[in-house]
Amino acid sequence: MKHWLVLLLLCLPLATSASPLRLGSKQFTESVILSEIARLQAQQHGEDVTHQRELGGTSILWSALQHGDIDAYPEYTGTLTHELLKDIPGDADIRTLRARLKPLGIGITDSLGFSDTYAVGMREDRATSLGISRISDLARHADLKFGWSNEFMDRQDGWPGLRSSYALPQTQVRGLDHTLSYHAIASDAVDVIDLYSTDAEIPYYHLRVLDDDRHYFPHYDAVFLYRLALERDNPGFVDTLRELAGRIDVQQMRQLNAQVKLQHRQETEVAATFLGVPVKEQHDGLWIRLWQRTIEHVKLVALSLGLAVCLAIPLGILAARWKHLGQAVIALTGVLQTVPSLAMFVFMIPVFGIGTWPATCALFLYSLLPIVRNTHTGLVGIPHELRESAAALGLSQAARLRHVELPMAARSILAGIKTAAVINVGTATLAALIGAGGYGQPILTGIRLDNIGLILEGAIPSAVLALLVQGVFEGIERWLTPRGLRIEARE
Amino acid sequence: MAADTVPPAFALHEVSKRYGAVQALEQVDLAFHRGSTTALIGSSGSGKSTVLRLLLGLDRPDQGVVSIDGNALQPSQLLALRLRTGYVIQDGGLFPHLTGLENLTLQPRQLGWDKHRIVERAAELAELTHLPADALGRYPAELSGGQRQRIALMRGLMLDPDALLLDEPLGALDPIVRHELQDELKRIFDRLGKTVLIVTHDLAEAAWFAERLILMNEGRVIQDGQLNDLRQHPASDFVRQFIAAQRSLPAVRA
Repeated sequence: MKHWLVLLLLCLPLATSASPLRLGSKQFTESVILSEIARLQAQQHGEDVTHQRELGGTSILWSALQHGDIDAYPEYTGTLTHELLKDIPGDADIRTLRARLKPLGIGITDSLGFSDTYAVGMREDRATSLGISRISDLARHADLKFGWSNEFMDRQDGWPGLRSSYALPQTQVRGLDHTLSYHAIASDAVDVIDLYSTDAEIPYYHLRVLDDDRHYFPHYDAVFLYRLALERDNPGFVDTLRELAGRIDVQQMRQLNAQVKLQHRQETEVAATFLGVPVKEQHDGLWIRLWQRTIEHVKLVALSLGLAVCLAIPLGILAARWKHLGQAVIALTGVLQTVPSLAMFVFMIPVFGIGTWPATCALFLYSLLPIVRNTHTGLVGIPHELRESAAALGLSQAARLRHVELPMAARSILAGIKTAAVINVGTATLAALIGAGGYGQPILTGIRLDNIGLILEGAIPSAVLALLVQGVFEGIERWLTPRGLRIEARE
Repeated sequence: MAADTVPPAFALHEVSKRYGAVQALEQVDLAFHRGSTTALIGSSGSGKSTVLRLLLGLDRPDQGVVSIDGNALQPSQLLALRLRTGYVIQDGGLFPHLTGLENLTLQPRQLGWDKHRIVERAAELAELTHLPADALGRYPAELSGGQRQRIALMRGLMLDPDALLLDEPLGALDPIVRHELQDELKRIFDRLGKTVLIVTHDLAEAAWFAERLILMNEGRVIQDGQLNDLRQHPASDFVRQFIAAQRSLPAVRA
């Protein structure tokens, strides 16, 4: 409902002609490859399918699927039993899961043929010198440094369970991005990391996968989850997903991962080769990609900033007029500012789904504080005798605000808008995690594939845009600041 | 036209006002008649500026009643009262982001005057206050103190108000400009015949402008009369001291 209200208000032409099916993927290579395989396979069967790549972590995909923002995505049975459906035994089979997911409106395929379970690894040389081959051996070396991927660190079937199950005494435990943890272990920054059993890097970095001698880690069979309504509306697509069951074994998956991560081939190309279909798509040139991302990015920043200006300036005016309200408003917008940006984006998903709107909304909330605070500061900073002069002239409140107070506070208000805009350009790079695109997209992919070129393809335009925004606002500031105030400032 | 049949333009009835720990006014009774010029004198903190602020409704009394033309001042009448009362403060209170002319036109624009009428009135007042022609196009920061004060006075007179309340209007000016403006203000008061209340701490200036002087100290009216009453029949030692402190000024001897 809110969604549509916002849409109507802004009269944005969002063409929604016979919408294609939408596959999603998590922000790691295997997930992207699996969704690409499914997309190409469905295209072979004449389906119109798009793929929203790298939508952050499990929680984002799971709620997007429930919300109907995506139609299907690859998931793992262990994640379902341990993370998403907490009321089900850890060793539940797919039949049990299927029955459990049905009331949620979610369907599940059979296993794709491999299990990508969590594992724990060390460098081969280090493991040998310390005599470690099993996870239980780790308990004897309390000074080892652990570097867990952020997700593993927090989930119940990750580090907390592992620690109690094996009674591990280590205190030097850090959370890392999974793709960075290989660099960390290669450079001795950490001694032990979590792995996925299909990771291409295991042989590449000469890592030893430690034996899970207490059978702590559950099976993580790869499956596709889809919206159950598709069985009725689009049975052909569901059949396509089901056909993939049993097609990929663990060696194949490790190879597919290696082709992307180590040989730097495109996921689409790797998926097409696997299916034995020709790669039809032509990749857009750098400038076209850049242009599209610029449009996405600028749209996010401009929309959120525009909405924030509309709300924050009146809020700042109210805050300046009533002292107690002012303190409350500034405290509240300040609290919003302290919410970590990624969390803010994720909070928006239940309300707005994924894509441009939740990202706009999160950026909007971030923009409020600088504008409210600067409007308030600008108005409160007007000398008392001048405000009183305006009152003594018999000007109405509206006339005082329009002719005296706002023009005198203009410089401060504009500075607040500028701050919000520059912060927004940076924060908007995270919007790619919830499917809003922009400069964050190549940065995410670049981090995942360890491709500096791709990271720069997002980071440089983002920095340039930030400088540009700064420059444009300084121009506007000069143009809008009343000349009388500039003279005063010179003196 | 006897004073007891026409209600006073402005009056305070047993008015008290505190600002935090400072008792600004205590049980003050004053009335100002239409067309009269009165000077409120006293040292700083004596409460004389507070009288003007209460009459304009910029502050409300803690006790007592402020009345305008014989009726108690209601909040709903404030805008109308202020539109027919010119108010000028020590440093002019001009808005720095507006030119001299724009400062003058705030009120008429709110009232919907057309442009010709505004320009005409501004020219008329510039002549009255002897303001150089080009000064109205400049911003306050580009004007001299005397020019700023002249424009502030013009702003106060823009709507041809019934009354002028002036709070130390010449306090921030150098002696020569101040002397010149004293002459001009006196001429303007005499010519326009408005109800004028002028606050100053300078006895000589007060006596130059007004016959009726009200000497205040610590929130109370100490003496209300003509200069000669103050000199010949001082109501208290404070009056004597206040006069003694200024007696050497030539303007008082004249």
